[in-house]
Amino acid sequence: MSSELPSMDPLLSVRDLRVSFGAVQAVRGLSFDVHEGEVLAVAGESGAGKSLTARALLGMPPRGATVTGSVRLGSDELVGAPRSARTALWGRRVALVPQDALSALSPVHRVADQLAAAVRSVDRTSRKEARARAVAALEEVGIPADQARAYPHEFSGGMRQRAVIAMAMLHQPDLVVADEPTTAQDPQTRRQMLDLLARRTGATGTALVLVTHDLDTAREHADRLLVMYAGRLVEAGPVEEVFARPRAPYTAGLLASVPGEGLGAVTYGAPPRGRGRPQAAGRFPTAPPAERLAERRRLPAIAGAPPAPTDLPPGCAFAPRCPLADATRCRTEQPEPQTHDGRTVACHRWRELPDDPAELFLESL
Amino acid sequence: MSPLLDIRELVVRHGPRTAVDHVSFTIDPGETLGLIGPSGCGKSSTAMAVLQLRRPDAGEVWFDGQELTALDERRLRPLRPALQPVFQDPYGSLSPRHKISDAIAEPLRVQGSWDRTTGPARVAELLERVGLDPAHGDRRPHELSGGQCQRAGIARALACEPKLLVLDEPVSALDPSLRAGILNLLAELQERLGLGYLFICHDMALVRHFCDRVAEMREGRLVRTTAVTSPSPPR
Repeated sequence: MSSELPSMDPLLSVRDLRVSFGAVQAVRGLSFDVHEGEVLAVAGESGAGKSLTARALLGMPPRGATVTGSVRLGSDELVGAPRSARTALWGRRVALVPQDALSALSPVHRVADQLAAAVRSVDRTSRKEARARAVAALEEVGIPADQARAYPHEFSGGMRQRAVIAMAMLHQPDLVVADEPTTAQDPQTRRQMLDLLARRTGATGTALVLVTHDLDTAREHADRLLVMYAGRLVEAGPVEEVFARPRAPYTAGLLASVPGEGLGAVTYGAPPRGRGRPQAAGRFPTAPPAERLAERRRLPAIAGAPPAPTDLPPGCAFAPRCPLADATRCRTEQPEPQTHDGRTVACHRWRELPDDPAELFLESL
Repeated sequence: MSPLLDIRELVVRHGPRTAVDHVSFTIDPGETLGLIGPSGCGKSSTAMAVLQLRRPDAGEVWFDGQELTALDERRLRPLRPALQPVFQDPYGSLSPRHKISDAIAEPLRVQGSWDRTTGPARVAELLERVGLDPAHGDRRPHELSGGQCQRAGIARALACEPKLLVLDEPVSALDPSLRAGILNLLAELQERLGLGYLFICHDMALVRHFCDRVAEMREGRLVRTTAVTSPSPPR
């Protein structure tokens, strides 16, 4: 992938990243680049290693984890760097937008005070100046100045998330990593939050790594998509190209198993006005169930479940669920990522994926 | 055909707040009604009132020819097995300490229909019906994947021989690669058993694929209901 933009050095360069706990490897040799101002979505299911990857990018691996390989941010190597060197980057050059905004904020301090403290942890300014910058940062994410002195519990979930985004962007870092920042929210709030995050990072040329299990989120907000499975890269490339023509059977199966045109999240209009009796909604034409049942389709589905990191199959980790897998190579030899025309895929048989891969995943019930 | 479920002017209040405000709808046997709306619009309160886990403050719930709100708990009890929920969090809906087979057998025991000689075979049959191996019965929830756990939850609901399943976002907590399998299972069970489904969901494309009709709620009120004319094609 590094050959895509040869004239520009990547902001972040990850090579053969491995994260393990004892003998169990959860991230198993991941390589990719992130360029300045780019939005990269890292998509994967639970246990795919995406959150551990996110933590490693920030130089914040969880306790007990061993990280090897290389994570370079500009000229700084994060893997193996002492903690003091890594913490010096936090807030200044890299920042995290966590999954749970409520636990990211202190319940006993006012929101504006927490942001002001974050200002002063990096810049030696006066309290007054820090407070002013905190209030301004909150206003930029749509939290009015008169609410900035509230406590986190007085905020709605969306406001807390916005406050956390404002905090991450205080010092205009080079890289923001958002670890499933919107999992707990309804689709409309989720979209607004990610729009805000993309807008704020876009305004300062900050690169954004968006960790998600939701491919629609990736499609709406990212420039490039990296799909992980069982700790390894499966497929990476420009988002629209991957959606239009996935190369890995896993990606193809995921896309095929989602009904409709994608981007299926409901968008709600304004709430009803007035307190009048709602329309009589109980009596309306009923579609005849018999006909509907006859025409109801099955969704293409991926059989089985993702493997546990402690119990990985030999060869390609997806092979036991893959309708394209052969009995020899796919079962014995781990596929290495190969890059052709800006697309990366790790699959022995990607060239044999049919034009309509959905057919492969129509299970016989 | 008379409807399986007929909700008339349902009202549920949480303190001073009216969570469900005069909502009416029907579900026929073998039919799926999708219930959509933003967080806090009253979808789950409606579901709880349908299940009679929360008695409504006003309105009628006609189920299989009987008006449930008029019944006291003693007379409601024999009807409860026919109304079964499937919840969003597959791990949260099964006790972590019980084996899967015990979790499935429990409703049979509670109803007094457990038979020591035929019971285990019935559990095995239910496991198979939802696509699990008999061996899964000996495991506990944390030893299963989210999808397998959700299948076990469905098997437990089926043990009651229900007529209506209330599906409260049954796939949104699952990994994407497992969702389609669960939806296919639910569609198949509906065809075989003629179950009515109340399907609460956030995803419009999914609703269009899975439901016969869609009811949209906002701020406690039903604002629109539409028949789904044709299923959306897979992309």
